[in-house]
Amino acid sequence: MCISYFLGLSGRHFTLGTPGSPKPSPRELLPKKLSKNALKYYLSCVLGYLYFTLLFLLYFTIFLPFPNMSQLSAALGGLSGVPELEVEALRPVNLLQERNLLPHRPLDAPEPNLSADLKKANCSPDTFRCTLTNIPQTQALLNKARLPLGLLLHPFRDLAQLPVITSNTIVRCRSCRTYINPFVSFLDQRRWKCNLCYRVNDVPDEFMYNPVTRSYGEPHKRPEVQNSTVEFIASSDYMLRPPQPAVYLFVLDVSHNAVEGGYLNVFCHTLLENLDKMPGDTRTRVGFITFNSTIHFYNLHESLSQPQMLVVSDIDDIFIPTHDSLLVNLKESRALVRVLLTSLHSMFSQTRETHSALGPALQAAYKLMSSTGGRVSVFQTQLPTLGAGLLQSREDPNQRSSTKGVQHLGPATDFYKKLALDCSGQQIGVDLFLLSSQYSDLASIACMSKYSAGSIFYYPSLHHVHNPAQLDKFQKDLERYLTRKIGFEAVMRIRCTKGLSIHTFHGNFFVRSTDLLSLANINPDSGFAVQMSIEESLADTSLACFQSALLYTSSKGKRRIRVHTLCLPVVSQLSDVYAGADVQAITCLLANMAIDRSISSSLSDARDALVNAVVDSLSAYKNTVSNIQQSGLIAPAALCLFPLYVLALLKQKALRTGTSTKLDERVFAMCEFKSQPLQQIMRMVHPDLYRLDTMSDQGALHLNDCIVPQPHLLHLTAEKLTREGAFLMDCGNVFYLWIGKCCNDMFIRDVLGCPNHASIPPIMTQIPELETPLSERLRALLAWLQDSRTFSSTLHVVKDDATAKTSFFQHLVEDRSESAFSYYEFLLHIQQQMSK
Amino acid sequence: MAFTFAAFCYMLALLLTAALIFFAIWHIIAFDELKTDYKNPIDQCNTLNPLVLPEYLIHVFFCVMFLCAAEWLTLGLNMPLLAYHVWRYTSRPVMSGPGLYDPTTIMNADVLAYCQKEGWCKLAFYLLSFFYYLYGYVIISPVSPLRVCSNN
Repeated sequence: MCISYFLGLSGRHFTLGTPGSPKPSPRELLPKKLSKNALKYYLSCVLGYLYFTLLFLLYFTIFLPFPNMSQLSAALGGLSGVPELEVEALRPVNLLQERNLLPHRPLDAPEPNLSADLKKANCSPDTFRCTLTNIPQTQALLNKARLPLGLLLHPFRDLAQLPVITSNTIVRCRSCRTYINPFVSFLDQRRWKCNLCYRVNDVPDEFMYNPVTRSYGEPHKRPEVQNSTVEFIASSDYMLRPPQPAVYLFVLDVSHNAVEGGYLNVFCHTLLENLDKMPGDTRTRVGFITFNSTIHFYNLHESLSQPQMLVVSDIDDIFIPTHDSLLVNLKESRALVRVLLTSLHSMFSQTRETHSALGPALQAAYKLMSSTGGRVSVFQTQLPTLGAGLLQSREDPNQRSSTKGVQHLGPATDFYKKLALDCSGQQIGVDLFLLSSQYSDLASIACMSKYSAGSIFYYPSLHHVHNPAQLDKFQKDLERYLTRKIGFEAVMRIRCTKGLSIHTFHGNFFVRSTDLLSLANINPDSGFAVQMSIEESLADTSLACFQSALLYTSSKGKRRIRVHTLCLPVVSQLSDVYAGADVQAITCLLANMAIDRSISSSLSDARDALVNAVVDSLSAYKNTVSNIQQSGLIAPAALCLFPLYVLALLKQKALRTGTSTKLDERVFAMCEFKSQPLQQIMRMVHPDLYRLDTMSDQGALHLNDCIVPQPHLLHLTAEKLTREGAFLMDCGNVFYLWIGKCCNDMFIRDVLGCPNHASIPPIMTQIPELETPLSERLRALLAWLQDSRTFSSTLHVVKDDATAKTSFFQHLVEDRSESAFSYYEFLLHIQQQMSK
Repeated sequence: MAFTFAAFCYMLALLLTAALIFFAIWHIIAFDELKTDYKNPIDQCNTLNPLVLPEYLIHVFFCVMFLCAAEWLTLGLNMPLLAYHVWRYTSRPVMSGPGLYDPTTIMNADVLAYCQKEGWCKLAFYLLSFFYYLYGYVIISPVSPLRVCSNN
């Protein structure tokens, strides 16, 4: 009615008034004699009508379906509109002007732009993280963004809650063998559509019954479909052989060097304490091999009164002296094992042997374990100098601070690699503890762990007298190593939505086929990374899913499958790709790629490639998405920390040039990057710096009657340090507590127990337990930070001690050092490269 | 019917190129088997690595033969492949036995793609050189039935 009236007013002519009056001409639209009152009357009618229509529509579309506002915003967020988080992520930041970029608390993973129920069911970012939370639709779009696409996984992470499914049938897609997950679609009650290959599968009858809610006919309520991280108990179809028992073999270096350093004592002591806490059941077996220039085996048969040592001196043709009782059942021979561990140190305390026959010892270990598989822990304290796999000292101490390039980053011989591959084939994982103070060619011997899915630990200059802090860390790490969860004879497969494919893998494992990783052992502290490419366009799907399935034998002999599924939206706009960039994941993936490049090509190539990554992505952003033409270095808020993290990477031990770095330490840092999970790598790359003397209870966490203060993060520059303050730097595996010269005496007294700054001992590695509130707060903070990582971190109180001070200042990445840019100079360098 | 040395060289090269074609086809099939997960990389590398040096040595052998026979054009055509073989062998990963392929890196998609392309290119080259040697043998050979017939 009102519409036609409007039309009438605007276009059509109509007559008002007495009949017989002349018809208005077409030019005259409004009748002349319309009174003002009539106009007001009609306008108010129209407005009233509109008002009620609006209320009517509002009620029925918005308030009725969504009784609360969060549901409303969630619904809007699931539509294709741009929610506030994405707008915030795309906000252009001028890096040259804005100096305070760090968030107050450590950065969280970005949340993908999904609807609320998908977000709730999605995999935790601690387990599974993607460099781009908005997946580009085509490879061309990804290339335009100049950002790497990859996944960072931590599949065997210690989880507080894990749904375990003991069903007879494990529902999997018939063609791609994907496990059923929360992101499949149920077409009706009987059929489901795979989200990776889009094939329609039938729901088996047993699946229709939900044991948790005891209801029938609701397959989508079952725990496999409600949780993205589940563990299945596997049937015998998933076993190639009966599940193996836990078998642990310890291969110990007992040369003069080893005994003098004192690790053997600590090892025996720690193992004695944790013998019962090692994961396993009644079938658990242990064995010991010691070696110097000959190999020694220990017969631990339970009928003997004490362990019998068997020496094999023919190291060129190693053989196993007796076929049983070298790897004995722990429960039955426990007493004998205890006797051996208590007497091991004294057996070799007078040794004069300086050679180390590591290669033959490993061959012996392989022969001993090849029938069962298990874990071999190798403790080495020097360069292997005898027998197969002997190595020469390749490091030139004068080249440690060379800027030209670093040699000898790759292995010198493939003996250890071949051994690792043989071990991997027999499901033996080899872990290496390197405890030497001199060059030991870690680049070659690390291969034994890299390809057999082992872990590498390095304690440079471990000595019980000269370096007790290192010995303490070794002891705590050994305790964690012996008692942590372990999985044997594992394989992992990563599947992606049709159109995506994985082309490179990073981590300690052997790639047995294009997507199958063979892991002899899996432990909760290793992380992996993969790089992906987009083979076909993802235009017909709005969600991309990734699934990692880890099939392993638990230490109790049960075959299990741990499945994680991640779901991310697919976008077609370049700005959305930038909005979803996860800067920490990108940094870690680039670190992995740079390390590969530095080993295969050269270190300077790798460093250039890192700088180019920043230059390319910021240029691509500037040219395509940003509309700002001002000078300065513009980056989206999602990537504002990218240049800072890359600069920090370039100053890492693994990749730096110009600063004196021992080759073994460099190689170890590279190994860490390839095998640690993301949070640990980010702490290594960009440590967290807090100010301690001005800590307040604002925003503090209250846990178990403890108040844990949450101080703000500071930029890593000497500008933020003041002589009146005390600062804590969290570098992942070490804490530095820096006390300024003019720091408040009350603080020093209350926290460190010393009357003033001058009386702080030069080497202090423990905070005394004092009853003051400051001490309690600080200790609570340190304990809370320590709990967030699995391995122990050493603490150094930095006053004037030369070595700790240089390490502390080396971590201040925004400052200029003798061979590297400061942060501002780096930004200018990038800007200069961008304008070329 | 005296065979010149050059003709003999061409005939020998013809036979050896057949062997080289066989090697190239073997490589292509091996990498395809790796790509489709039909075989284990360790086993596949153990079969491929022993074939690398014989292939290169055969090629070097008939290059030397052509040098002795003063067949400069043919030698010039084979020089790039010789240089490529030398480069490939000197930049191989650290390994104690002969060979080019390392089971730990061969499953990387870029290495696999490179090796497959290399296989196809070599196959094409060997096929072309097979026909080239055949033609060369016919031309070079002093016994030409056409000449005999044309006298009458």
